[in-house]
Amino acid sequence: MSTRHDTAAPPEKEGGAAPAARGGSAPPTEAEARRRLRLSRRWQRDVRWSPYAFVSPFFVLFIAFGLFPLIYTGWASLHTVELTAPTDMDWVGMRNYTRIFDDDFFWNAAKNTLTIGVISTVPQLAMAMGLAHILNYKLRASTFYRVAMLAPYATSIAAASLVFVLLFGRDYGMINWVLDAVGLDKIDWQNDKWPSQIAVSTIIIWRWTGYNALIYLAAMQAIPQDLYESAALDGASRWRQFIHVTLPSLRPTILFTVVVSTIGASQVFGEPLLFDANKGASGGAEHQFQTLGLYLYEQGWVNQHLGRASAIAWTMFLILIIIGIVNYVISRRLRASS
Amino acid sequence: MTTTLTKPPADAAPEPTKRSRLPKSARAGGTLHAGPIAYVILVLFTVGSLFPLVWTAIAASRDNNRLAQTPPPFWFGSNLFSNLKIAWNDANLGEAFFNTTFVAGVSAATVVILSTIAGFAFAKLRFRGRGALMLLVIGTMMVPPQLSVIPLYMMVAKLDWTDQLQAVILPSLVSAFGVFFMRQYLIQALPDEIIEAARVDGASSWRVVWHIVFPAARPAMAVLGMLTFVQTWNDFLWPFLVLTQTGNPTVQVAVAGLGRGYTPDQSLIMAGALLGTLPLLIVFSIFGKQIVGGIMQGAVKG
Repeated sequence: MSTRHDTAAPPEKEGGAAPAARGGSAPPTEAEARRRLRLSRRWQRDVRWSPYAFVSPFFVLFIAFGLFPLIYTGWASLHTVELTAPTDMDWVGMRNYTRIFDDDFFWNAAKNTLTIGVISTVPQLAMAMGLAHILNYKLRASTFYRVAMLAPYATSIAAASLVFVLLFGRDYGMINWVLDAVGLDKIDWQNDKWPSQIAVSTIIIWRWTGYNALIYLAAMQAIPQDLYESAALDGASRWRQFIHVTLPSLRPTILFTVVVSTIGASQVFGEPLLFDANKGASGGAEHQFQTLGLYLYEQGWVNQHLGRASAIAWTMFLILIIIGIVNYVISRRLRASS
Repeated sequence: MTTTLTKPPADAAPEPTKRSRLPKSARAGGTLHAGPIAYVILVLFTVGSLFPLVWTAIAASRDNNRLAQTPPPFWFGSNLFSNLKIAWNDANLGEAFFNTTFVAGVSAATVVILSTIAGFAFAKLRFRGRGALMLLVIGTMMVPPQLSVIPLYMMVAKLDWTDQLQAVILPSLVSAFGVFFMRQYLIQALPDEIIEAARVDGASSWRVVWHIVFPAARPAMAVLGMLTFVQTWNDFLWPFLVLTQTGNPTVQVAVAGLGRGYTPDQSLIMAGALLGTLPLLIVFSIFGKQIVGGIMQGAVKG
């Protein structure tokens, strides 16, 4: 779709001026006029349609690998589908849903997902906020801290989980050794419910705190300096400046990180999978840290019930939509009140 | 609705001009020097961030028996290279590295190119439905890709692509975040006048993309490419489902396989984990500043 440089002119309404015809002021011949008209039509077609051409690859691929599978998951969740024969689908209506809702392990996994989500997200974002505040000062070697804090983000789930399995080891793990050294009891990080959930959350916190701190820092640096100056002239202490200037300005960013972390937390899979000493998908011998993601995997790929796994996936999707709506309502309320 | 930073994030905020006339407390946020407590906290966090990585290397340099003793080792032993070699062979890491580099490279290149042209259209071109489509892009960021794994798995099984790299590559070719990131960058980095001038000169849309948008977007493309590469390199769930450790593993699948095998030689597992992390850590120590800047630039603010 190349256009001749010297003749094509944008239509008047685009604000462009037609370049002078070749040959100076001589009136254009009829052939020349037709040629110009053709080029101008091609030009208009280009202006009108090329934006769609530019955005369509994204949408085509997204529909193929994001939207269609999501809808198809809903369809499959109404069927019995086995991993061994994924193309044989028998209609069963809502039975997959009633089956999983009757399954105690589903509710257990839902609860675990929620608690792991809370104990990983809340400290993570709170620490990220504090770190960002400190990083916002004038610092020596500030780039070094930023890069060092981002190093966990470059570490994969697999590598991080395996290291933390060792660090949290019951008998020879570093963390229990430290506890022992300061005179506390050793903790069975893999088999007790709350310790194991805290351990799994620690992996998540470790990987994502620095990343979130950078996002908060970026938002803090965009706050206009004069807001602080006028607050200071009004006699606000630094803490009050943080509460009354920094936090309100960061509200959208905080909401954004909460949404992203919530989505991430609802999907937690690799950490509990690899943290399991029994190397199964049950999230510990007593399912004490089995998340919904792990439960989905267990139903679909261990028990080979893809239909039921689809029902779990769609339930997770609906939960996320509800969380999204709640977030939207809260953010509107906050905006209205400010 | 959204904005990005106008200044390079790695720099500190600019000094206020009337500094001396203001009380000390006015100079918060980037202009005030940090006190000793701030440094203590930062050093603690830095140690916390780096310690597990350093300890991975320590554990990888010991033998299994030494790891099953108290106190755990705090310093390097002598087995590092032999452990690395065994882990490399056991986990098929040579092939895994090749596979992961290929997958992450193809996906990063495609994401960058598609995101740049789509981001350009959303940033600078007027067309019917632009606002609605952009909302749709942002909306798709909220849809976790993991919820689509079951039909994708069925598709892959039907196409007989299990253990094939294209099964991993195809779903990672687009990124809503990428489109958004490039749009935010191009709104600022690409003056309308340049595009208009090119238009007046008669350049078609494709020429504008090729000769103006791509050169202008190059810094953001590099950052987005690195971010996508890191993400694809570390991706776990989907490769874990479609690839096996024996046929075309990615690094993550291979490393996870080490941990899930029934050879509980922890020093070898740590050696594998170290090998799987090392390439990205090297990239990070070289391009860390740019990656930090990129993440901060992509930070969403409403």
